[in-house]
Amino acid sequence: MKAHYGYRDGSGAYFIIIDTDKCDGCGKCVEACPQGVLEIVPNDYDIEGGMMAAVKEEHRWKLKYTCGPCKPVGKQVTPPCIAACPKGAIEHSW
Amino acid sequence: MSEERKEFWRWPEYRWVNPDIDWTKGKVITAGVDVGSVSSKAAILVDGELYAYDYMRTGASSKDSAIKAMTWLLEAIEPKMKLEDIHYIVGTGYGRVNVPFAKRAITEIACHARGANFLWGPTVRTILDVGGQDVKAIRCDEKGKVISFLMNDKCAAGTGRGMEVFADLLGVPIQDIGHLSLQVKEEPPPVSNTCVVFARNEASALLRQGWPKEQVAAAYHLAMAMRMVELLERLGVEKDLVVTGGQSKNIGIVKRVARLLNIEPLPNPTKPGYDPVAAGAIGAALFAKALYEREKGVK
Amino acid sequence: MITAGIDLGARTVKAVIMDGTKILSKAITITGFEQKQSAEEALNNALKTAGISRKDIEYLVATGTGRKVCLEPPISANREVTEVIADAAGAVFVHPATRTVIDVGAEEGRAARVDEKGSVKDFVINERCAAGAGTFVEAMARALEVRVEDMGPLALKSTRSIPMNAQCTVFAESEVVTLIHEQTPKEDIAKAIVDSMAARIGSMVRRVGIEKDVVLIGGVAKNIGFVEALKRELATDIVVPPDPEFVGALGAALIAARKE
Repeated sequence: MKAHYGYRDGSGAYFIIIDTDKCDGCGKCVEACPQGVLEIVPNDYDIEGGMMAAVKEEHRWKLKYTCGPCKPVGKQVTPPCIAACPKGAIEHSW
Repeated sequence: MSEERKEFWRWPEYRWVNPDIDWTKGKVITAGVDVGSVSSKAAILVDGELYAYDYMRTGASSKDSAIKAMTWLLEAIEPKMKLEDIHYIVGTGYGRVNVPFAKRAITEIACHARGANFLWGPTVRTILDVGGQDVKAIRCDEKGKVISFLMNDKCAAGTGRGMEVFADLLGVPIQDIGHLSLQVKEEPPPVSNTCVVFARNEASALLRQGWPKEQVAAAYHLAMAMRMVELLERLGVEKDLVVTGGQSKNIGIVKRVARLLNIEPLPNPTKPGYDPVAAGAIGAALFAKALYEREKGVK
Repeated sequence: MITAGIDLGARTVKAVIMDGTKILSKAITITGFEQKQSAEEALNNALKTAGISRKDIEYLVATGTGRKVCLEPPISANREVTEVIADAAGAVFVHPATRTVIDVGAEEGRAARVDEKGSVKDFVINERCAAGAGTFVEAMARALEVRVEDMGPLALKSTRSIPMNAQCTVFAESEVVTLIHEQTPKEDIAKAIVDSMAARIGSMVRRVGIEKDVVLIGGVAKNIGFVEALKRELATDIVVPPDPEFVGALGAALIAARKE
């Protein structure tokens, strides 16, 4: 299950996409994020449950700004959350 | 902003009880409570069939709103049903919600998909939920299980609020704005800005240029519809499509979304009580049934 | 050599006439529905103040959102440059130690890192979203029922920080209205507004990196509440040159002198 957290506004589309089929709730992304954007919550989408990573609610409407520092202009940098995930469960749409 | 305009996506409070079901004869009674930012809904299922639901405005406290929605619904039931008669209650809604009497909370997206599957049937694969303050797109399977979802959580474009700003500009009541937008012989190009603030300025300039109201309305609706379609296409759109939420009542939006996708959304169900507004609460009640049966080892 | 720069912005048109590195005159008008007319008006006002005529201008460079329109007669600019380039040239001229220039205009916010010559090294633009620009401050001022020019001093009176959650101008307006209903003192709301702007602009600036000296220009730089908030946000001192909204047009006039 692919969860897209974020938004599209006049300036672009800013989504953090978490594939819960790949995510096992290990929490490495939570530790890696310098802004505290992510958290581990119960996976409600699968009645079997388990835990999954998700974007904290208060960050969902400001991802462009919160994640800005991890995306310096003029350089191709892999954001720390993506780099930390051993399953490749996280993607950014920008 | 007048109270009257505020009412557009706040339909009057109401409740419905299925006259053909005697709940005392039911084996498994479950309920779902969906507390949204604008409205709260409670739904009761008897052996998986829709027995009752209500729709109320959410007050300042989501906890109180949950209690109110449940209490008001129970009041309408004969013979008297008490909270204790319900075997399992699931809470859902905006945020990790506070339904004090619920055994479990499940996210609104999952409940909404389950509910849509119940209301429209197993052919539903894509849900566009256009609310007062956000837009959600959901892909689900034939069982109503979520395959992917997108919550557009910041931008007013495409939301009821964005439409209200525009209605204010035109001085047209919001319940008429969709119809107005369809009164053009030829569809104009969309306003170029989807930021509501800039789009409003653009629309203002078009009016000053002499564009008739319906043409400006069409340009704005098209831009908003394009925004919604763009969000949907991020997930990929598969038939059947359903549109829920307050904006689903804006015919100017629904027709354009259908045209842009070249997919006709399913019309609202006609079965009594099958109200899209209750999709979340119904889905929650369905989850409650599944969880209860799993607990009891029943299948 | 007499040159001119015109910055045709979303809200105002600025015109600057220079003789070499000496500023002869500045003029500003509101950008009306007819952009060209407004630009012409600004230019004519500047010409009048300088006591010269259009023929006396050897080279005219236009910048701003409406710069292409300035290429046409009667303005007939020789060239157009992007705002970032004009900002960089202007900022380094007024403050040679500039290495980061932040420009917050009516509809767009920009940040650039520049070198000592005023060349742009990296830049970022916050575009097409009102919340990242002066439109946000304007809309909030309306909701708060204060004049835009009073927002800054009002914010400075506040002694506490309340968060502003909404990132969209439209939702922020509702949030302000709610705060007012809750009897929140206006100065605290004003501070929340400028803090909220500063957080967004600050995030944008961090993407190009912060190198001192940091210079802030554009109309919103006149909002002292915002300036203080941005200083806090970036944890660095910020230089606001006099007449900050003219720096873009000034940069354009300087580029005109180089006839590049």
